[in-house]
Amino acid sequence: MTLIRHTLYMTLRHLRELWRQPWFVAVTLVQPVIWLLLFGALFKRVIEIPGFHSHSYIAFLAPGVVVMTAMFNAAWSGMALIEDINRGVTARFLVSPVRREALIAGRILKEGVVVVIQSLIIVALALVDGAAFPGGAGGVAVLFVVSAMLGAMFGALSNGFALIMRQEEALIGATQFILLPLTFLSTTFLAANIMPRWIAHVADFNPVNWAVVAGRSAVSSSADWGLIAARAGFLVALLALSVAFATRAFRSYQRSV
Amino acid sequence: MEYAIEADGLVKSYPKGVTALDGLSFAVAPGRVFALLGPNGAGKSTAVKILTTLAKPDGGRAFVGRLDVVSNPDGVRRRIGVVAQGSAVDIQATGRENLRLQGQIHGIRGRAIEDRAQELLERFGLAEAADRIARGYSGGMQRRLDIAMALVHDPAVLFLDEPTTGLDPEVRADMWAEISRLAAERGKTVLLTTHYLEEADQLAERIAIVDRGQVVAEGTPEGLKRELRGDAIHVDLEREYNGTVSRALADLASIRDVTVDGRSLRARADDGGRAVPLVLGALESAGVEVSSVRVARPSLDDVYLKYTGRTFDAAEAEATR
Repeated sequence: MTLIRHTLYMTLRHLRELWRQPWFVAVTLVQPVIWLLLFGALFKRVIEIPGFHSHSYIAFLAPGVVVMTAMFNAAWSGMALIEDINRGVTARFLVSPVRREALIAGRILKEGVVVVIQSLIIVALALVDGAAFPGGAGGVAVLFVVSAMLGAMFGALSNGFALIMRQEEALIGATQFILLPLTFLSTTFLAANIMPRWIAHVADFNPVNWAVVAGRSAVSSSADWGLIAARAGFLVALLALSVAFATRAFRSYQRSV
Repeated sequence: MEYAIEADGLVKSYPKGVTALDGLSFAVAPGRVFALLGPNGAGKSTAVKILTTLAKPDGGRAFVGRLDVVSNPDGVRRRIGVVAQGSAVDIQATGRENLRLQGQIHGIRGRAIEDRAQELLERFGLAEAADRIARGYSGGMQRRLDIAMALVHDPAVLFLDEPTTGLDPEVRADMWAEISRLAAERGKTVLLTTHYLEEADQLAERIAIVDRGQVVAEGTPEGLKRELRGDAIHVDLEREYNGTVSRALADLASIRDVTVDGRSLRARADDGGRAVPLVLGALESAGVEVSSVRVARPSLDDVYLKYTGRTFDAAEAEATR
């Protein structure tokens, strides 16, 4: 009970910050909108490549962009934690009875809310741009859930590394180093069967691809629920490990003070 | 004797071989204001971090209200209020929101936390600014909010780590009044760290002088000063003379504890008024030029000098180098 209550307090704190600067959500949408609309237009005809098996590139791309946006935003979650550390707020919480898990979970849940808002906007834009999602509202909801889980995982990792590195520059470097390669080593932009074989192989072990594959299947006309459940299961396991890592990282921070 | 705070042989070193605490021990009786006095880098803040469960000691033991800070950190956290060095206000939230969250994580909810927040906001002169974002608060207001947050759950033991560092002299005087009031009214135990001699002198009932991670002297401000018999003589020299000054004064029987630090000469005498002409005469015949001379009752600065062999200013300069 205490854990749930503390998590709620921390989530409300972060959502309040978000509420006071809603333009932040708008700004972080610029990049995915560029991906969706520009890439969508630029690569419109890749579906004609034999083996791509898709009727509309924008409908193929949209679930990938939803997942990407979740990851790209959540991966910066640790930046706000570093600001809290620098301002002494984290130390103040650590000498109070607040549960450590709540300090991480509150940030992750806030990221989850942002992911859902942004995903709704991206899906709406894709629909306006002519995409269709035969999986319906249920399928789109599943897409949001797997995206949010991937986002939460990256959010937890980002917070864990923030506690270990405690330097904005170091965290920015590490994050940038990871995000784009993970995106390009997935089926976000291209179908697996027209990729170089080694990339398709690597993608099988890439959590970003798990979310893309599961989400894309869910919104398609023939959802493969076995595949979706397996990929979602992997994501849940990784999420649990990431949260455990982030919570333990408070010890690293406390050793440094 | 039951102590509210007890540190017993605390040892702590940081990576790169910096020893912050080297067997620090002291004990604070309940309801007292106790000051750890020392220059920056003496180990005061490290001691507070260990006592408030933020850091772990490498050796030694510490207790707050008989609870071990290492084996029962959650018990300790419920009983203490902490004002850290530097503000810990969430500047993206209002004063009221800061207080409300701090109360909630201490288990105060609903109507009770709203009333408590309002009470503290009024008491600390923040009622008008209560619903403004704390980013716009002055340094003094943020500091008052820090103290209000530390008090939200009415803790039995309050830690104040350099509470007035960086504040204007005027704001500092207000803060001193508030801290004195706090200790007197509520019967709280207060542990204060400071590198302002006058702050310790003014606020604390007992003082421990900390130097290089150890307590080198402990007592009441009056008691510590009383140990230094007689008056302090401070002479400022025109320039540095190295050994000449000490040699010139070596034969004067009426002064003792002579220390020369650059252009500053200090000595003690039972009767400062009589000793001064003799000192000046001796210096003049040695060719030492004097720019000013003062006779003073012993200060904590003199106490610090006696126990550490350094002036407080020299120790500060060394720490910041």
